[in-house]
Amino acid sequence: MTDFIKSFQQFCDLQNRRQFITQAGIGLGAAAISSLAQSASATASATTPAGHHHPPKAKRVIFLFMAGAPSQLDLFDYKPGLEKLHGQPLPKEISKGQRVTAMTRGKKQVICASAFKFSKQGQSGLDMCELLPHLSTVADDLCLIKSTHTDAINHDPAKTFFCTGAETPGRPSMGAWLSYGLGSMNKDLPEFIVLTSAFWSGKVNVQALYSRLWGTGFLPSKHQGIAFQSVGDPVLFLSNPAGVGRKARSKMLELVARINRKQQQLTGDPEIQTSIAQQEMAFRMQTSVPELTDLRNESKSTLEMYGPEVQKVGSFARNCLLARRMAESDVRFIQLFHRGWDHHSNLPTHMRGQARDVDQPIAGLLKDLKQRGLLDDTLVVFAGEFGRTAFAQGNPKPNNYGRDHHPRCFTTWMAGGGIKGGISYGETDDFCYNVAKDPVHIRDFHATMLHLLGIDHKRLTFSHQGLDQRLTGVEPSRVVKEILS
Amino acid sequence: MLFRLVLLSVVLSGSANADDINFNRDIRPILADRCFQCHGPVEKNREGNLRLDRPDGEDGALRTYDGSTALKPRDLKASEIWNRITTIDEDKQMPPADSGKQPLSVKEQAIFKQWILQGAEYERFWAFVSPQRMMRPVVKNAAWRKCLIDPHVMAQLEKQGLQPKPEADKRTLIRRVTFDLTGLPPSLAEIEAFLKDDSPDAYAKLVDRLLEQKAYGEHMARYWADLVRLADTNGMHKDFYRNFSTYRSWLIRAFNDNLEFDDFIKYQLAGDLYAKPSEDQLVASGFNRLHLIIDRGTALPEESHHKNVLDRVEAFGTAFLGLTVQCAQCHEHKYDPISQKEFYQLYSFFNNFDGAPETSGGPKGGIQAPAVTLSKIAAGRTAMVMKERATPKPTYILIRGSYEHPGEKVERDTPAFLPPLKKKDGAYTRMDLAEWLVDPLHPLTARVAVNRFWQQFFGVGIVKTSEDFGIRGEWPSHPRLLDELALEFVDSGWDVKTLVRTIVLSKTYRQSSDAKSQEYVSDPENRLLARGSRYRMDAEMIRDQILFLSGKLNRTMYGESVKPPQPPGLWKAVSMAAPFTYVAGKGDAIYRRSFYTYWRRAMPPPQMTILNAPSREFCTPRRERTNTPLQALLMMNEQEYFKAAKACAALTMKEADNDVGKRMSLLYEKVTSHRPDAQRKQLLQKTLAEFRGLYAEDQKLTEALTPELADSDFKQRVELAAWTMMTHSLLNLELAKVKR
Repeated sequence: MTDFIKSFQQFCDLQNRRQFITQAGIGLGAAAISSLAQSASATASATTPAGHHHPPKAKRVIFLFMAGAPSQLDLFDYKPGLEKLHGQPLPKEISKGQRVTAMTRGKKQVICASAFKFSKQGQSGLDMCELLPHLSTVADDLCLIKSTHTDAINHDPAKTFFCTGAETPGRPSMGAWLSYGLGSMNKDLPEFIVLTSAFWSGKVNVQALYSRLWGTGFLPSKHQGIAFQSVGDPVLFLSNPAGVGRKARSKMLELVARINRKQQQLTGDPEIQTSIAQQEMAFRMQTSVPELTDLRNESKSTLEMYGPEVQKVGSFARNCLLARRMAESDVRFIQLFHRGWDHHSNLPTHMRGQARDVDQPIAGLLKDLKQRGLLDDTLVVFAGEFGRTAFAQGNPKPNNYGRDHHPRCFTTWMAGGGIKGGISYGETDDFCYNVAKDPVHIRDFHATMLHLLGIDHKRLTFSHQGLDQRLTGVEPSRVVKEILS
Repeated sequence: MLFRLVLLSVVLSGSANADDINFNRDIRPILADRCFQCHGPVEKNREGNLRLDRPDGEDGALRTYDGSTALKPRDLKASEIWNRITTIDEDKQMPPADSGKQPLSVKEQAIFKQWILQGAEYERFWAFVSPQRMMRPVVKNAAWRKCLIDPHVMAQLEKQGLQPKPEADKRTLIRRVTFDLTGLPPSLAEIEAFLKDDSPDAYAKLVDRLLEQKAYGEHMARYWADLVRLADTNGMHKDFYRNFSTYRSWLIRAFNDNLEFDDFIKYQLAGDLYAKPSEDQLVASGFNRLHLIIDRGTALPEESHHKNVLDRVEAFGTAFLGLTVQCAQCHEHKYDPISQKEFYQLYSFFNNFDGAPETSGGPKGGIQAPAVTLSKIAAGRTAMVMKERATPKPTYILIRGSYEHPGEKVERDTPAFLPPLKKKDGAYTRMDLAEWLVDPLHPLTARVAVNRFWQQFFGVGIVKTSEDFGIRGEWPSHPRLLDELALEFVDSGWDVKTLVRTIVLSKTYRQSSDAKSQEYVSDPENRLLARGSRYRMDAEMIRDQILFLSGKLNRTMYGESVKPPQPPGLWKAVSMAAPFTYVAGKGDAIYRRSFYTYWRRAMPPPQMTILNAPSREFCTPRRERTNTPLQALLMMNEQEYFKAAKACAALTMKEADNDVGKRMSLLYEKVTSHRPDAQRKQLLQKTLAEFRGLYAEDQKLTEALTPELADSDFKQRVELAAWTMMTHSLLNLELAKVKR
């Protein structure tokens, strides 16, 4: 395989030369420079990636996406005052006739207190829910953002909005922007990996997870998130077909590379060099990916931190452990999706199961990252696509109620690299209906994430449809400096 | 190399010749990029009482305000623009330091300087003015004077002191043109026949033969499918099945029957509005139904209605106008002269759909009313169609694009910067809009269409941004060529086959793509067309070729989508409603051409998307082309592709006798359309021997590769294994994947 290594080296050289030309080319027509830059790889764009704009606090992100939207009232945003108001109509001056979904339109809005108890946890004394006993032990690492709000009221557009900054399909996802802006930190693995839970406890309707949530939109597709599969190959088409061993594969690639190189001499097309390098990378991934997903070397005590479900392939717990391994291997953006949070009815039952799914694994992840010194430069994020209504969907019973979608306020949290731990930021009103203080729009959330990664969200742009597009779009947005350490 | 670089930049981005500043090409792009955000058409953002998108008016560039004149022709010092773009004073510098915009480079400053000294003349934006007949450029090389295309290309090459490449050899040529016109490789017999034909019009005859193949329509329709986001599911929420197979069949027939492109547009946009619409016209009007749609239950119907209309307008703008009209839904368009009011006037044409804005949970057969049951074409089939409500739904400007905040009421009309609709009594209809589009004087329709066809054959359009012919779109590499092609296209009666024939018969198209590495570096996208274009083929072409070589390609046409095998678990991971699992088709249904593959918007077939096929959630006028390790993995390990390699190997072993050399040549020729030279043949045979040795030593591996030969002796199994690996290797070559 030495030929391969040589050709990969040449490829790297070419990349460096390209960088040199890009830098040296200032003053020439932009079109020419970008076309030239494209010679080394077909993926270059008309816009130069930004790189870091300031020193980053975090090198990588683990984004725990709670698809379906968990109720902030039953997990994080403690509203003791609602107990007294339980069963009463929500005052009109609070709801202000704001739009609701087709499911509760025109229906009574009856206030519904949470069925769960909260208590102060950690030195910081954050109010934590009894459903999250493990997460409560790391309360001092969490920064709860209780004033998060978004635009969309339905799952599909809201998820697309959180993941791509726009409600309609076609925009790059968060991870794609990072991959585009910062490039890769490792040579053997993708820079953006997606892990979806194969099962969950909430026996509710779940929404489809469209691949656009980790798509590249108008960015070059090499920035696409790679969704690891829980069945079959973790990366699509990773394993050799039956009857093709490592030796045969290596022989085949050697032949292909030799002819391709010859072809390049004859025809002059430098793109062939890239193809050879990518075949080489594919060959390496055939080893590096199985190594990444092989948990045999994890100690018993580590496995125990993530809880018993870690043994099951496709569990959220196992994905949390995989996320730590990926963080260790310097994958830039790791996004987990866990579904089953859409609790229109029977919320207490479903919520107990869902909280159990994620509580210990997340606490385990945070502790594991910390003990390896990775939490300092890894940003961990927890969020759903919106919140849930303070009023019940239908008539609330003490241990059986449901809540509808609510974009006006919900709780997300961040922990790790560059984040002040043990604080609660922003406030909702007494009904947990509107933001009362320090609103954080999804755009602000995005701007803050990018800031922690060393990126000015206004300067991470890509020219498309005549506009300098960015993750945070054109509406005003700000970095939430108050939560930065 | 730097010399070349400068040449290219002169052609594509700006000129440095004193007598050669062109406002549209050289000045407007810089203004649009750096200045229009605060000094452009959008009033709300305007600063300093100055707009630079036009010279006149009280805030135009020539105005004097507060004692300062922004632009004074032929007077640099008196032109405040010049002072501001060249100053080193940070407080005065334009664009401002905190705007995030790059200051003007030395070269850009020089261009401005020349322009001001030359008289600072503004021109109307080129793409918004109808193309004009002009004299063809005269070129020295007589052979390049004959067709419509070549003189334009040659003139630019001569200006640069460049020479075109000679014509590609016949094998390369037949492979290129067969793929380009049918999406499939030539058969060995076809190659043989072409090589034998010494007549001067051998190539022209070949082209005519290819244009008559049914595969032509399938191939052409596939590009259109990307453009109009043709797919098999809703694309939202539970992503139910949505059946557009009849529309797809119509598309294929339309291209094969060479339906005039103006009718092609009219049928799709307004086929339902003909006095007595034919079945084809009705089916084609299903174009207006291809948008994403949500199923009933969570969204509000009026919101869904609004989103559907937006999606329709965007498709109309992208597919026919090549404009980003949707950018004007919340506010005036930032660059193009489309006001928000004008956007909603266009919206109004699509706002009158007589049907539900949401689907029920999986309507029967994937068909949602209004639909038409067909008699003639395919008995019993139904197709979704467009239909107007009896009383037009009033349309309002939606404040900040919010459907909950209607503003002023608007009437149907087209944007003022484009030609007006023909005057008539009563309200305009979608048919009027369609007629307006195909008016020979419309500046955009033909240019946009011709450019996209061009892009199909050269990899890049004459206007690279085929999705955007607006102010922020790219300057055409050959503006006069584009205009002549557009005019010719209209004059020919919008004859697509004639246009395609003109393109592939040109010397420009027939050039060899072999060039010096240097030439690839200096013009990587081949904008100057100094050689034949060379790029990786689309996912569908790659898969269809593999099936073709395996002898299994099922050439059945039309009908509902089919499901070739997929890796397990993909649908399950995204589904919220049945069907949760992907059930692959049976028998030879899985070997249909890729254009018939079931396209689930939530999870399109990875064999396609990994190679840059779009998700079909939004209109895609051009695919990007990347080169990634996942693509390498796909080509290495996709089970069906590997099985096909084995089938191809077995077939070849049967066809050629036991002479290894003959067999190798045959196999190589099948895959690449070329014969291997002696040196390459030697390398291949040496490697074959190594594969053979490797499998002979590993019984388990051999058995795993050849389960179908369980009853044969081991030697035969080793032989098949070795030839399979050889075929598999060849299919992974650039020669097999790249159009050259």
